[in-house]
Amino acid sequence: MTLNIIFVILYFIFAPLLGGLFAGLDRVVSARMQGRVGPPVFQPFYDVFKLLGKQNFTVNRFHSYYLVCYLLFAVLNGAQLYLACLFNADDILFVIFTLTLADIFLVMAAYSAGSPYSFIGAERELFQMLVAEPLLLITAFGFYMATKSFDVVKIYSADHMLFLSLPGIFIGFVFVLTIKFRKSPFDLATSHHAHQELVKGLTTEFSGPTLALFEIAHWFEVVMLLGIVFLFFASSPLLGLIITVLTYFATILIDNTYARFKLHLTFEVAWIATLILGGGNLMVLYFLKLVNG
Amino acid sequence: MAFFKKSPWIIHYDGSSCNGCDIEVLACLTPLYDVERFGVVNTGNPKHADIFLITGAVNSQNVDVIKNIYSQIPEPKAVIAIGICAVSGNIFRDCYNIIGGIDKVIPVDVYVPGCAARPEAIIDGVVQALGVLEKKYSDLKSGKLNENKQALV
Repeated sequence: MTLNIIFVILYFIFAPLLGGLFAGLDRVVSARMQGRVGPPVFQPFYDVFKLLGKQNFTVNRFHSYYLVCYLLFAVLNGAQLYLACLFNADDILFVIFTLTLADIFLVMAAYSAGSPYSFIGAERELFQMLVAEPLLLITAFGFYMATKSFDVVKIYSADHMLFLSLPGIFIGFVFVLTIKFRKSPFDLATSHHAHQELVKGLTTEFSGPTLALFEIAHWFEVVMLLGIVFLFFASSPLLGLIITVLTYFATILIDNTYARFKLHLTFEVAWIATLILGGGNLMVLYFLKLVNG
Repeated sequence: MAFFKKSPWIIHYDGSSCNGCDIEVLACLTPLYDVERFGVVNTGNPKHADIFLITGAVNSQNVDVIKNIYSQIPEPKAVIAIGICAVSGNIFRDCYNIIGGIDKVIPVDVYVPGCAARPEAIIDGVVQALGVLEKKYSDLKSGKLNENKQALV
């Protein structure tokens, strides 16, 4: 019991800390790629603490409640993955559904504001969810095919490296990761960087503490998604950590080298990748199972 | 709270500037000056911003726009008038459409004169505005300053 409480406390300390550090590293590495020095690594924490001290402009009564729900479900979502040992048979499908639910609350927060920028941002976020969702589900099915279980603990303690049986799904998942991180070329709904044609899209109407909630929830999301990357290599934790960091570096590199895709291109590229990498991988696993009986 | 000093987010608006000062503002973001070292982000969204940079004088066309942007920035906030036109109207002050410097319309905290204002001067102006932000934050906490409840327009 005490061990469980320690796990919970560790999760609540380290998940936002790691998420913020990743965001800070992102800004430093991006700046170095652009020939700049860049901000301190702890800049995202300074930003969030500053935002918490600002005046809160809420456009209506529901605005901040939706964002609080977004944060709650993002926290729960990470907990389902990292504290899986506390739950009795915790399902990886639930992890993916909770991620979707959290994002839905974010979209509702953006929809509840009257601003056209926020409105279009919300529409694009819904579209991005539609684009990313199939591969996230296929990832869960892939884990099931490889381990005969949806249980996160069983997937984590699988006897072989899951990447070896799910290479296509892994590459597809990294592809979808850029959509979920809202990074270029898929920063359609909102962008981490300065201006875009939608001002700030989804987050246009969030100000002060509400924006801070959004940032913190996004850190939890990033940590959760990187946790799934780690699951592919869970049988050798050191390699898993290295690959997870490399994956994050790859998304930063892609962020800095690609221009934004149009909606239709995003849709086509992502679903073709899902079909070939995700669907192909599942089919190969199925045929192997038939052959091996 | 020292965090206002570490993460000033900026919104930049071009009043009726000749673009000279605007280019210098943007030059601050380039690798040579790289103001992101100090946590400065050019947000482009008044609701995320702390510091309002204005270049060029106020004219009768943009007076509402300036008031609108100003009222959408959450407290604590600071306003910097960049370039001599934003400070006083300069050679355009007698034009029929020019109202004058920015302080004719909204309260200005820091004046950065120059034609065009150099990036070093602009960065120095932002650094001075950080002190204003800190002071406004403590005034907000002690109740000396009211949060802006309604738009100026």
